[in-house]
Amino acid sequence: MVVKLLLEITDLAVEVSGKQVLNDIDLYIDEGETHVLLGPNGSGKSTLFMTILGFPKYNVTNGEILFKGEDITHLNTTERVKKGVGVSFQNPPAIRGVRLMDLLKVEGGQDPSDEDLSPEMMELAHKMKLDQRFLDRDVNLGFSGGEVKRSEILQLLAQQPDFIMFDEPDSGVDIENVELLAEEINHLLDKDKKPGMRKKSGLLITHLGYILNFVNADTAHVLMDGRIACSGNPSEILEDIRKEGFKGCVECCGIH
Amino acid sequence: MLRDTLGKAEKAKDKKALYGEDIDLEKFIKEDAGDHEKVTRANEVPKKVQDTLLKVGVDPNEEERSGTFIQMDQSGVCTTCASESVEIMGMNVALDKYDWIKDYMWKAVAVDSDKYTAQTALREAEEGASGYFIRSLPGSKEVFPLQACMFIGDQDVMQTAHNVIIAEENSELHIITGCATGEDVSSALHVGVSEFYLKPGSKITFTMVHNWAEQVDVRPRTGVMVGDESTYISNYILTSPVRSIQTYPTAYCSGKNSRVVFQSILGGQKDSVLDTGSRVLLEGEGSSAEMISRAVSKDQSQLYARGHLAGRTQNVKGHLECHGLVLSDDSMIYAVPELEGSATELEMSHEAAVGKIAEEEVLYLTSRGLTEEEAASMIVRGFLSMDITGLPPELAAETKRMLDMSLQGM
Repeated sequence: MVVKLLLEITDLAVEVSGKQVLNDIDLYIDEGETHVLLGPNGSGKSTLFMTILGFPKYNVTNGEILFKGEDITHLNTTERVKKGVGVSFQNPPAIRGVRLMDLLKVEGGQDPSDEDLSPEMMELAHKMKLDQRFLDRDVNLGFSGGEVKRSEILQLLAQQPDFIMFDEPDSGVDIENVELLAEEINHLLDKDKKPGMRKKSGLLITHLGYILNFVNADTAHVLMDGRIACSGNPSEILEDIRKEGFKGCVECCGIH
Repeated sequence: MLRDTLGKAEKAKDKKALYGEDIDLEKFIKEDAGDHEKVTRANEVPKKVQDTLLKVGVDPNEEERSGTFIQMDQSGVCTTCASESVEIMGMNVALDKYDWIKDYMWKAVAVDSDKYTAQTALREAEEGASGYFIRSLPGSKEVFPLQACMFIGDQDVMQTAHNVIIAEENSELHIITGCATGEDVSSALHVGVSEFYLKPGSKITFTMVHNWAEQVDVRPRTGVMVGDESTYISNYILTSPVRSIQTYPTAYCSGKNSRVVFQSILGGQKDSVLDTGSRVLLEGEGSSAEMISRAVSKDQSQLYARGHLAGRTQNVKGHLECHGLVLSDDSMIYAVPELEGSATELEMSHEAAVGKIAEEEVLYLTSRGLTEEEAASMIVRGFLSMDITGLPPELAAETKRMLDMSLQGM
C-alpha cells in the first residue's frame, strides 16, 4: 500500500504585522497520521495553525504549503476548507443572531431553509450531549468552555474534513467530557479503523498533553521561538518535557 | 369634523415637518375613494396583489387571522371579521356606526403637527374618511391577530389613511399591518395617521412590515395613549429600498405602571433615506419604556435612528438601545439617542454603537467553508434578527418567519 503525503510544509517562514514569527518550518503529515504540536506560550503554535488555515494577516514570506499534492500557499481560507482542511478553535468568537443550528446546516450541506437538522446530525448532536435548545442558541454566545469544545467538534463532524487541526481541545473541559471529546476526535481521525485503513489526518495543539492519554499521536513536534526544535516519539518527548521542561527537552535534541 | 380641527388643519396645511425631506404634495394625484372594486374575501384581490401582501405578513387566505382590512390607494376594498371579540372596519363605516369615534380623532396625534397630518384632515373632511378602525371589546382576548394592509396600486398616488385603534379595558389586541406598493408603481406618497388608545389593563401588539418601491415617500404619524396597567408593543421591520421614510411615533405613558416597547429592524439599501425614531413620555407613576433598534446601511443609504425618552415623574424607568452596522463607505448611520429626566428617583439609560462587521467573526465562518460574502451576509442577518419580545408564542413564530423573509433580501 502506498502511503500518501497529505500535508507538506517546506521551509516555511511567516510574518505577522511586520514581525517574523515562524522560520524554517518543515512539517510532513501522511494520510492517516496524527501529529501533535507542543511548545511554550508564544512559541508560534497558533501562528502555524492560522497560516495553514490561510487567515489573511499571516503573511508567508518563504516556503510553501502543499495539500493533497497541490500548492495552497496562496489560496484563501474558504478554498482551503473546501479542499478538506478543518479546524477546532480554542476561543471562537460569538456571533449574535446566528444559531449554532444555522451554521450546522451550512456545514453539513443542508438547505439553510430546512426547518430541522437532518436525523443524522441530530444523532451526532445528542452524542455530544447537545440538545435542540442548545442548537437554537447563538453560536458561542455564553457557551461554557466545555460547550465550546463540544460545539466545535460537532461542527467538524458535520464538515467531515480530511485534515483537522485541534487547538487545545481539552482546555477548560472536565474529565468526564474529555473522554467524550477524545472519542469523537478519534472517530474524526479514523482512529477506530486499522492503521492501514486510516485516511484522515490531524494536528493537535496541546499545552499539557493531557488529551494524549486518550488520543494517540504518531509524531510530536516541539516549537520554540518560531522553529521546530525537536520531533519524535510523542510519549518520549512528553516525558522529557515533564521532567526537564521545554528548554531541557530541546537541549536534549541538540539543536539549540 | 369639528370646525376648530379644520381651522387648525387649514393653518398647518403647508407646515413643514421637523425632520425628513419636505415632500411637494402637488406632485401627487389624489385619487377618489371607490376607484377600486370591493371584494368580500381577501383572497379575491388580484393574484399579483396577493403575492405582495404575503411579503408583508398579510395572509390572503386569512389563516389564523381574526379579521382583515385592505385599503387600495384611497378605497377600503375588503373588510372581514371572524371574531366576536374584535371589530375591524373602514373609518367611513365606523363613523356612521359610532358617533363617539370623533372623540378619538386627532387626540393622540395633533392635526396641526405638520402638512401631512393637516392635509389628511382636510381630505377627510372633503372626500370622506379612509383608513381603518379597530377595537377590542372590554375583557376580550382574541389570540389570532387582525391584519390590515395599506396598498398603493397606482402610479403617483397620494394615499392618506387615518386609523383609530382602541383596546377597551382589560382586553388584548394583536395587529399585523403590511404596507406595500404594486409592482408597476415606482413613485407615490403614503401618509398614515394612527391613533392608539389603551384603556386600563389592556395590551396591544402592533407588528408592521413595510415593503415599498424605490421612489415612494412615506410619512406615518403615530400617537399612542397608554392607560393604567397597560402595555403597548410596537415592532417595525423595513429592509427593502424606498425613497424616503420619516416617522417618529410618540407614546404617552400617562397611566400608572403603563409600559411601552418599540422594537425596530432597519435595513437601508440603494438610495433609501430612513429617518425613524420613537419617543416615549413617561408621565405615569411606575411607567416604563424600552426602545431597541438594529440598523444596517448598505449602498448609498442614509439611516437616522432617533430616540427620545422623557422621564417626567418619579419612579419611572427607561432604556434606549441602538446598534448599527455600516456596510458601505457611501452609506451612513446617524444615531441620536436623547434622555430627558425632569423628576427625581428615575432610571433611564441609553446604549448606542455604530460599527463594522467583526473581522474575527467573518474569519470564523470562512474557516467553516463559507465565502467572505456568505459569512458577512450571515452575520448581518443574525445582527438584524433580534428576538422580538412580548408576542404570544404563535404570533412570535409568525413574526420570526416574516422577519426571516424580510432579511432574505439583505
